[in-house]
Amino acid sequence: MKLTDISNDINEWFDGSGPLSDIIMSSRIRLARNLAGYKFLNRCSVAEKTEILNRLKDVITSLDLGDKVFYVSVDEAPMLNKHFLVERHLISRHHAFGNGPRGAVIAKREFFTAMINEEDHLRIQVLKAGCQLSSCAEQINRIDDMIEQKVDYAFSPRYGYLTACPTNLGTGIRISVMLHLPALKMTNQIEKFFNAAKDMSLAVRGLFGEGTEAASDLYQLSNQVTLGVSDSDIISQFEGTIIPEIVEYEIAARTQLLSRQSDVLDDKISRAMALLQNAHLISSQEALFLLSHLRLGINMHQHMGASTPAIDKLRTLCGAGEAAEDPSPLSIAKINKLFLLTLPAHLQLNYGKSLDPTHRDALRAQIIRSALNQDNPQQG
Amino acid sequence: MQCQICSKNEATIHLTEIADGARTEIHVCETCAVEQNIAVKSHIPINELLGNLLASQPTDDELAGPAEREVVCPNCGFTLAQFQKEGTLGCPGDYEVFEKMLRPLIEKAHDGKTTHIGKVPSSAPLDTKEQMQLLNLRQRLEAAVHSEDYELAAKLRDEIKQAEK
Repeated sequence: MKLTDISNDINEWFDGSGPLSDIIMSSRIRLARNLAGYKFLNRCSVAEKTEILNRLKDVITSLDLGDKVFYVSVDEAPMLNKHFLVERHLISRHHAFGNGPRGAVIAKREFFTAMINEEDHLRIQVLKAGCQLSSCAEQINRIDDMIEQKVDYAFSPRYGYLTACPTNLGTGIRISVMLHLPALKMTNQIEKFFNAAKDMSLAVRGLFGEGTEAASDLYQLSNQVTLGVSDSDIISQFEGTIIPEIVEYEIAARTQLLSRQSDVLDDKISRAMALLQNAHLISSQEALFLLSHLRLGINMHQHMGASTPAIDKLRTLCGAGEAAEDPSPLSIAKINKLFLLTLPAHLQLNYGKSLDPTHRDALRAQIIRSALNQDNPQQG
Repeated sequence: MQCQICSKNEATIHLTEIADGARTEIHVCETCAVEQNIAVKSHIPINELLGNLLASQPTDDELAGPAEREVVCPNCGFTLAQFQKEGTLGCPGDYEVFEKMLRPLIEKAHDGKTTHIGKVPSSAPLDTKEQMQLLNLRQRLEAAVHSEDYELAAKLRDEIKQAEK
């Protein structure tokens, strides 16, 4: 399978479906595991890393995951492909740009990835649209159990699953939700979210994980404590307390925008639309921010019944259906698709060759214009 | 309030820094904040965090005397100084070998908790002794291959196979 088989479209986990999808874009659970009897990767020779890689690759590609899987030899992959996999959230930056023999087993529908030889010997992740943490947990546990039938993990009764970095010790679980919080940002209350996260010992990261700035009002929120708390307790805490609290903040901010600052809201949406429909050069950073405002407008109409001049105009561009194949120019699925497909590596992979930044900006603007202009709707 | 940098836009980001008892306030607009790299730092890189935690550990009491700092893991040759530099450990056995030194750090990283609760491998995992033995065998295998003692290497390979059940 080639990466271009998936790079032209979005997959289930990013199609704008799932519970609370107006605010929770996607849910992800990742487990960190190491094989018993082997050193951690920073002390392994190339031969040992290769042995671990081949062993885990054989085990994981032979599992019945309910979907076809493909293998990417990450250390041998071209730079563009590595960037693409990171943009797609299929592998981490650390995995893409690290060193030594390493690879990823990826389900064709992208709900599952196994990163072999990342920071730990094995990191498996399950990704789903909207707020679906329990379902992610159920699936990843099942896969973890299947792998455990075939290999011995490094485990101690006291510290649980032993990981290269003590911060992942215990369950080795990292739960993370991708949040779209444009109204908190617009009303200058995003600090409220940062503080709430800090109080609950949670980490906030940008769109592409550790070390990236928040782009497009998209934030990843994840747990930090992995020892002394069971996986199911962490998930209950996310689903029962953390997510409802943040969703409530964002909805309150959206309500405040509507009742007290509808001019600000309309200005942001209308400017975003005007720029996206007319610009000839647009950076990925700018595109993400502007698309975020359109996403907010459509969601406020669909989930809150909001009606303002700018939102009503957006509404006329949205067809009745929400499916990606809907020929009307605008829908949440289509905005999400533009989010991903206009990222630098996506653009270049789909174009067939690498492009300098100016050419990328021109191509990006062209793709967005043709997707958003009603007289020239993008097909499919 | 106007932005202190461009003096044009409304300042929407207000930073208060308290260092050595002195308080400084910065008021800037979003554009200048991005340009000047004054972003809200909500996340400390993990290596920095670990480095800070280890650096803040007592270095000369009985918990971490100079002797402790010179301990070398027999299974992977790792030392605490290397951990402090790299942020990751050398082998699962390090959790045993450096337990005293690591415990305060683990406690801080996990809200005071030090004992695993939750999932355990469904098939009985290798016990700690068996895991250590395997690590040790692999360490010796590497040395044997390195010194081209293939007879010993073959013997060690057989032992590894047996130890893996």
